[in-house]
Amino acid sequence: MCYIWLNINLNLTFAYYKKITFLEINFNYNQKLKGNIMANVQLPDALLVKSYVAGDENALASLIDRHQSKIYGFIYSKVSDRDITDDIFQDTFIKVIKTLKSGSYNEEGKFLPWVMRIAHNLIVDHFRKNKKMPMFRETEEFSIFSIMSDNCPNVESEMITNQVESDLKKLIEELPNDQKEVLFMRIYQDLSFKEISELTGVSINTALGRMRYALMNLRKVIDKHQIILTN
Amino acid sequence: MAKIYSKKTLATKQMQPKKETISFLLNYSKALSFIKVNGLKFETIAN
Repeated sequence: MCYIWLNINLNLTFAYYKKITFLEINFNYNQKLKGNIMANVQLPDALLVKSYVAGDENALASLIDRHQSKIYGFIYSKVSDRDITDDIFQDTFIKVIKTLKSGSYNEEGKFLPWVMRIAHNLIVDHFRKNKKMPMFRETEEFSIFSIMSDNCPNVESEMITNQVESDLKKLIEELPNDQKEVLFMRIYQDLSFKEISELTGVSINTALGRMRYALMNLRKVIDKHQIILTN
Repeated sequence: MAKIYSKKTLATKQMQPKKETISFLLNYSKALSFIKVNGLKFETIAN
């Protein structure tokens, strides 16, 4: 600390004799003590911005290092995604660099709020763009295929369905004719029991009874032979 | 008793951008320059 104090003092004395401005003292002070003092004393953002505009690339590194967690945290609090946060963080600083380098930044002593505002605008842009074309990211809890699926049956399920249908047809063929007739009309032709009774010339109750026996007989055969008729 | 308490701090680390992002920005800054010609600004990126 003694060395630092001495150095500042020397600089001040030197400046006094040379009649240079206070700002220049600060610059000298910055250049000479950068290595020793940066950890303890922070230069104001305004000075870092000024030296960056003057061509000191290290000043930008200090600025980013100083504010990165605030800005990154701010963006992450809005978008909740590490990759998008990185993208917006990068875009924010690209804008900052462009503005500073082109000389269109006017210093009002508010570097961080200005950067935050840029980040905020980019976040709004991001959400606006996302609203038009929402992006889904696959996570452990959420799979994209839960909302996006192919409804067409695949080859395997198609084969199974065909097999089941042909087995069922064979079983139905084994039923007595009166039961088979009612079952065919009800299930395959989708007729009502009233229509079936009219077509077959029996009462509705008889048709219902035949249907019931047809189903019971089918179940019996299926149970007896342990046939699996599910997909 | 001491074993019950974990040594890890509960507070999460501060959020930091990726190192690649930072190094990209610093390199971009070094590469970018503006040239003024007759009141017009030209942006150039040294490759």
